[in-house]
Amino acid sequence: MNRELVKKLAELLKNRKLKKELRIMEVCGTHTAEFFKTGVKDLFPEGLSLIDGPGCPVCVTPNAFLDLAITIARDYNLIVATFGDMIKVPSSYSSLAKEKAQGMDIRIVYSPLDAVKLAKDNPGREVVFLSVGFETTAPSEAIAILEAEKQGIKNFSLLSCNKLTPPAVEALINADEVKIDGFIIPGHVSAIIGRKPWDFIADKYGKPGVITGFEASDLITGVLSLIDLLEKDEKTIKNEYRIVVRENGNEHAGKIIDQVFDVTSSVWRGIGELPGSGLKIKEQYSQYDAERKFPATPPPVKEHPGCRCGDLLRGLITPPECPLFDKVCTPENAVGPCMVSSEGPCSAYYKYWRR
Amino acid sequence: MCLAIPMTITRFEGNYAIATANGVETTVNYAMMPDLKENDKVLVHAGFVIEKLDEEQAREIEETWKEYYEVMEKEEKKNMPV
Amino acid sequence: MTKKILPGHGSGGKLMNDMIAGMIKEILGRDSIQIDDSAVLDIEADKIAFTTDSYTVTPIFFPGGDIGKLAINGTVNDLAVMGATPKYLSCALILEEGFGFDEFEKILISMKESADSADIKIVTGDTKVVPNGKGDGIYINTSGIGVFKKPLQRKQIEKGDKIILSGTAGDHGITIMSLRNNLNFSSALKSDCAPLNRMIESVIEKFPGSIKFMRDATRGGVASVMNEITTGMPFSVKLIEEDIPVSDEVKGICGILGLDPLYVANEGKIVIIADSASAEGITADLKKSEYGRNAAIIGEIDSVYPGKVYVETFIGGKRLLPLLVEEQLPRIC
Repeated sequence: MNRELVKKLAELLKNRKLKKELRIMEVCGTHTAEFFKTGVKDLFPEGLSLIDGPGCPVCVTPNAFLDLAITIARDYNLIVATFGDMIKVPSSYSSLAKEKAQGMDIRIVYSPLDAVKLAKDNPGREVVFLSVGFETTAPSEAIAILEAEKQGIKNFSLLSCNKLTPPAVEALINADEVKIDGFIIPGHVSAIIGRKPWDFIADKYGKPGVITGFEASDLITGVLSLIDLLEKDEKTIKNEYRIVVRENGNEHAGKIIDQVFDVTSSVWRGIGELPGSGLKIKEQYSQYDAERKFPATPPPVKEHPGCRCGDLLRGLITPPECPLFDKVCTPENAVGPCMVSSEGPCSAYYKYWRR
Repeated sequence: MCLAIPMTITRFEGNYAIATANGVETTVNYAMMPDLKENDKVLVHAGFVIEKLDEEQAREIEETWKEYYEVMEKEEKKNMPV
Repeated sequence: MTKKILPGHGSGGKLMNDMIAGMIKEILGRDSIQIDDSAVLDIEADKIAFTTDSYTVTPIFFPGGDIGKLAINGTVNDLAVMGATPKYLSCALILEEGFGFDEFEKILISMKESADSADIKIVTGDTKVVPNGKGDGIYINTSGIGVFKKPLQRKQIEKGDKIILSGTAGDHGITIMSLRNNLNFSSALKSDCAPLNRMIESVIEKFPGSIKFMRDATRGGVASVMNEITTGMPFSVKLIEEDIPVSDEVKGICGILGLDPLYVANEGKIVIIADSASAEGITADLKKSEYGRNAAIIGEIDSVYPGKVYVETFIGGKRLLPLLVEEQLPRIC
């Protein structure tokens, strides 16, 4: 979008007089970070508040997953391949960064296919890829398995913690712990699943939502559009990201997910176990499933007693309301994942908003 | 974990496509978007093309918001005390 | 088979003496390197600047330079930003057993060329060899001495002063990062590694009383330099995002990897804080240098968030730009 127009729309948002206070939730963690980074949050008119949602995959991944990954890596002395995002996240007793310092072979990859290549280049060793992410990333991870199969690579497997977002949004609405007037809906999750799967928010719960992208222009138009829907009392899911998002999403990607994964229940930090909110590797591809390939018994899960990442991910508090924020919990010494993930709400507040 | 950037497809090499943005070239997998052509604008996430960009929609959205601004600006002026 | 570094090359025996006499001195300068235990230097100045830095980089050769060029220019620039004229360098080489002589020779030639182009003499040195597997091929330490032609005067930074960056941010760090991690990017991007002493001398000479602060924005990038000067101070630094020069390639790679170019290392860029009356003139003077072509005023000193650095985005929103805890990692979030 033309920059001059974006600046004008930014002015409109800044000067907008709301008819009443509005609380909107951005579901996606990338949105959380970009609202701060682009400066759009700084332009919010009086009475508009942004509640950070459960949409940072690193943040909602429970300790048990990293505990299992670390146990497998130790027990079987293998190579762990991961997105850079996971490196500093605390587990019950450690973190990948701490394990790496003690000699665990941990490689940062940019794409799941880089992990497949790593396995190909290290034929004598097992490579486990930590498959964390939402619908956006799931097809790439499925393709990694299909690619390993095609190339006959047997020393590659995936430890899956893949999650599906609409059930988490529905769980939050149902829990009814916090007042949310409307939703800013993840643009890139929707690129895969489409606009339609979000209709339940409007049809079943009578709340509007707007799908939007991640640039300043997208965030501004997304918020303006949501304010309009709320003020006109239109209960609908509007797609402001039609450049990318189709009604039914990317159907090829959907088929690839279905080919490799089955839908299963999954545990979300702070929210608990949600039926139909996770993906597990199909029986047919079990040789690529690290959980089945490398049986392991991690130590009992330990949570930091004061950590309120769970409450935060349910929208109950903002980061500065957590007693540990910027005191016990800092990026150097993070207690919970929301402080270390680049799209964690605590990380964003710590970095951009301690003014 | 949903960072993705717009790129343009420049050519195909075997099972991969070469995409470019800002003078940077990289290899992308397009198994999720098999009917790609050269010069298609796409969205790339973690080395994968996840969607095509619809340029017609881009123009339409920009036009809509331009009109939106003009309408709102007029209203604002109307509401301003003379 | 190509010749390799052996443990004997650091033993103090014939192998080492032959390498130093036949290669290192030959390339770095028979006229300048002194053979005694210390170099004896002629210096006419009341005050000198003295600095040291160690250089480790993987890969050793990269577009726009190599570890040798980096080791000379880095130390030259550290002297120059203090207002000193770089004069003499020491050079300590730590070589890994098995490192190729061909590569070593290329690095020495590159050091010599860089020293000549910065008009600085390498006067003393040392060579050590570590066992195979205990180093990354080669590490270099250089220390440098510079002299002050005139006593340095720097006035206090105050509200209204302008911040100038001598060119595009993040070129070196992104060049190196895109070579690591098997990221398979290709672009025309090069490291900005360069000797900045002449460019710096020129602005100091023309604007003697106006420059209040100068620093090369190496590790931690522009953001870290800015934080160094604001911490604990009654003023804040405002950077105007739209005015910060960033090359297209760096923008592209930072976009893909989710990095902020303001935190990325440079090896040929300086940040200057100057009074507002001279800022345009200083920028114009920097632009005359081949290393300052893209210089720009990128912000100013104000008091909106005392002790902090912040960025104003193009839509007029503000966000803080604090010191990072550690290096940024490529991410997909």
